[in-house]
Amino acid sequence: MATEDRKLAATWRDAKVVSVDHHGELGVVLRLDVPDRVVHRPGQHYVLRLRAEDGYTASRSYSAVSAPSDDLVELYVEKVPDGEVSGFLAEVVEPGDLLECRGPIGRWFAWDGQSPALGIGGGSGVAPLVSMLRHARDVGHPELLHLAVSAWTADHLPYREELESSGALVAYSRQKGGSRLDAAVIAAVADPGATAFVCGSARFTLAMESHLLSAGQPESSIRIERFGPTGESAENG
Amino acid sequence: MAITRGFSGRRKQAERDPRLPPGQYDVGKSWPVLTAEPTGRVDAERWSLTIDGLVAHPTSWSLKELKALGQDTYRGDIHCVTTWSKLDTSFTGISLDTLLDVAQPLPEARFVVEESTTRYRTNLPLEDVTGGKAWVVWEHEGKPLTREHGGPVRMLVPHLYFWKSAKWISKITLLDHDEPGFWEINGYHHRGDPWQEQRFDGD
Repeated sequence: MATEDRKLAATWRDAKVVSVDHHGELGVVLRLDVPDRVVHRPGQHYVLRLRAEDGYTASRSYSAVSAPSDDLVELYVEKVPDGEVSGFLAEVVEPGDLLECRGPIGRWFAWDGQSPALGIGGGSGVAPLVSMLRHARDVGHPELLHLAVSAWTADHLPYREELESSGALVAYSRQKGGSRLDAAVIAAVADPGATAFVCGSARFTLAMESHLLSAGQPESSIRIERFGPTGESAENG
Repeated sequence: MAITRGFSGRRKQAERDPRLPPGQYDVGKSWPVLTAEPTGRVDAERWSLTIDGLVAHPTSWSLKELKALGQDTYRGDIHCVTTWSKLDTSFTGISLDTLLDVAQPLPEARFVVEESTTRYRTNLPLEDVTGGKAWVVWEHEGKPLTREHGGPVRMLVPHLYFWKSAKWISKITLLDHDEPGFWEINGYHHRGDPWQEQRFDGD
């Protein structure tokens, strides 16, 4: 991004909520019309900020799910138990509402859409990978991107149909006849020539990073995005 | 900016803990983990810390040598740019002032670059790590620092966002000019003062 674009991306503006789609009780897909939008690279994130009448604010980061070519910015918000921001976004927000936002942010966990990439995601960590998937199709190079994703069950996987039909390797760890992204599976998808984008909870990303290193994926080719509240699934910090 | 329809927040603004900088929330007892690269693997026995660059006496210390210099404890708050803060927590290590007294910064030194064993880097003005503002630490709440939190030894610069406190610290280089580090190149603010919400490039 040019300097002007970076400054514009960091500027808070009011985005209009165009649609709200619930993913069961687990999360919500928000599609936003962002004024003066700077086009993101798949993997980058937006910050949403909620503002109360007394000036109190709370903000959180969410990866863009939409392709750069999309007219709107799509975000997947996982409902965190007792989450102040995610609870509000999932339960109160309606189409037509305005949400303060800024972005896109982050130049590390971002795919250029031109070089081979391996995306590994756990649960809602698939969000930035879906943006990569949509972008790879847009630019006519689906072969550049390989995905391996996992969730507890099929119902727990956001964008399940889109991921399954894309040919992504999908593992359901807590379902009958399920499987895991274990060392052998990751060894089969590891690609030293690709950049590996790993997104998920602290526990998930630690395990994947260790599998990738064992499989010979160079340390310098691994990029990690951690999220979640704390403990089992920990946020950046 | 517009008020968010229907949002009142968990707390009244007036009831917010005054120790929390704007836009931050309290994580309580937990301590989230941020890493953008694979977690460092450091052998404490072979680890050393070097201070070099614009100093009269470039010096390296083993962990044992650092511990022999004495122990300082920081008790207070830490703030991550991803909006969590951890309040009233403690770290034990050695003040960077003590190490700089040995290395003796040259008059033209103005900036430092912290570097990890993973080659992670972050840049700071020298004045942000002198005068009781920065430590090299090996314990958290009285226990050895775990690997995922930067153990065996990490930097602690608690008055700035926590990406300025490099995990797995191995080298501190003094320079006469500013040299953007990992997050600073990747869209984050150069200084990172949580009280001024200097999160991203352009804030």
